[in-house]
Amino acid sequence: MNQRAPIVDIRNLDYAVNGRPVFAGLDIQIQRGKVTAVMGPSGTGKTTLLRLITGQVSADSGDIQVAGQDMRVLSRTELYVLRRRMGMLFQNGALLTDFSVFENVAFPLREHTDLTERLIRQLVLTKLQAVGLRGAAELMPAELSGGMSRRVALARAIVMDPELLIYDEPFVGLDPISLGVILRLIRRLNDTLGITSIVVSHDVQEISTVADQVFLLSGGKVVAGGTPQELKTNPTEIVKQFIGGLPDGPVPFHFPAADYFSELMSRSEDH
Amino acid sequence: MFAELWESFTDALEDLGSVIHFLFRLIVNTPPVLLRFSLISQQIFNSGALSLVIIMLSGLFVGMVLGLQGFQLLQRFGSEEALGTAATIGLVKELGPVVTALLFAGRAGTALASELGLMRATDQLSAMEMMAVDPIRRVVVPRFLGGVIAMPLLAAIFSVIGIYGAQLVGVQIMGVDSGSFWSQMRSAVGLTDVTEGIAKSLAFGVACSLIAVYQGYYATPTAEGVGRATTSTVVTSAVVILFLDYLITAAFL
Repeated sequence: MNQRAPIVDIRNLDYAVNGRPVFAGLDIQIQRGKVTAVMGPSGTGKTTLLRLITGQVSADSGDIQVAGQDMRVLSRTELYVLRRRMGMLFQNGALLTDFSVFENVAFPLREHTDLTERLIRQLVLTKLQAVGLRGAAELMPAELSGGMSRRVALARAIVMDPELLIYDEPFVGLDPISLGVILRLIRRLNDTLGITSIVVSHDVQEISTVADQVFLLSGGKVVAGGTPQELKTNPTEIVKQFIGGLPDGPVPFHFPAADYFSELMSRSEDH
Repeated sequence: MFAELWESFTDALEDLGSVIHFLFRLIVNTPPVLLRFSLISQQIFNSGALSLVIIMLSGLFVGMVLGLQGFQLLQRFGSEEALGTAATIGLVKELGPVVTALLFAGRAGTALASELGLMRATDQLSAMEMMAVDPIRRVVVPRFLGGVIAMPLLAAIFSVIGIYGAQLVGVQIMGVDSGSFWSQMRSAVGLTDVTEGIAKSLAFGVACSLIAVYQGYYATPTAEGVGRATTSTVVTSAVVILFLDYLITAAFL
């Protein structure tokens, strides 16, 4: 397989939910071996993009290739084979609550391989060591803090040695220490395992420190792309608003509403 | 008015259709699950063994009430010895399967629905899909089969304990002759009576488990949605059990 070709290649993609377009003519290429951040205001379809890449939903029109596979013609079986080459970290970890930490990380191995118990144990402990939680192997998910569950979920996501690791909002609700840990892990796992990482987030400052490449989504399109440095100097209004965290701009502060004065003056029955 | 009625009628048909479609999905995915029997036996334990206490207690009391009521009624005709037959037929054909199924829906059905609903709400099912593990195969089918297998066993235990309860009241307290209690029962209760009971509890097992896993699997992923799924599991199960009970009774006439 061509190592230079992008691992995710989306061209002119349209996707709508209940007739409301989420993406219209989306183009995005994600390079192998890099940490790519996808940012954008809430509701711009960042998570939907992940669902498209992982084949949980399929596009209305346009091309989407992941690891050389055309997602639009993939059968269910082929999709499941492809997914073994991906790992995904869900927002809250999504650990299986009736299994211990060890069994959670061992779960993909037990489902997909016939490895001996000894080998499974070694693999699981190595991955837990990589996220610094080997000592928590016997704990249950309910006994973990938010940051710890996410690290366990990360260990589970890398246990099958994926080519592509996807993070859905990995920083939400974390304290600064846990956040720093996750940030460092994203970079370290990407480089030591030689994988590709896609991070969906709207934490501009945090993600800028680890990402090689940043895409900014808005209004169903990529409005800006480049290194974090390039984005900081991008003169477009929407980029300036997002990176600077300005309350008003192309993304309005006010949700669309009727005229303020006339609504205040009108009687409630008129609604 | 008519439009609304028509709409709710078509909605109900749509629901029924999607439940049956879901049942087919479960059946198609059953063979590979049978190869991993440990998954099923774990669920037989969860739905069956953990419901044992409530089933046994209820069976005992239902049997004791049957013993009392039956004795009073039969005494009017001077045929108290028929108490064994009456209680056994009532339990094996009717009360055993039906009461077990109602209790099962309340105890195990709600547990199944809320468990699956919470797994959906906390992304555990999506996480499995992302790990290339089919949640239907790994989570839903074992729970469904566990319920289907557990139900007839529970109903049998219910009936046995019920008969003991009837005997306890009828023979030990009210003084019906022990010999005629048992011998009349053995000569009057036939294999078809037992078959009818087993057929019923199998059908109830399929219905209750299917409703529970369907409601849980498709629950709206919020606290309210899971609550609603649990409630409608019990309500729907109860109505469906009684409806099926009538159909199967009629079929065995």
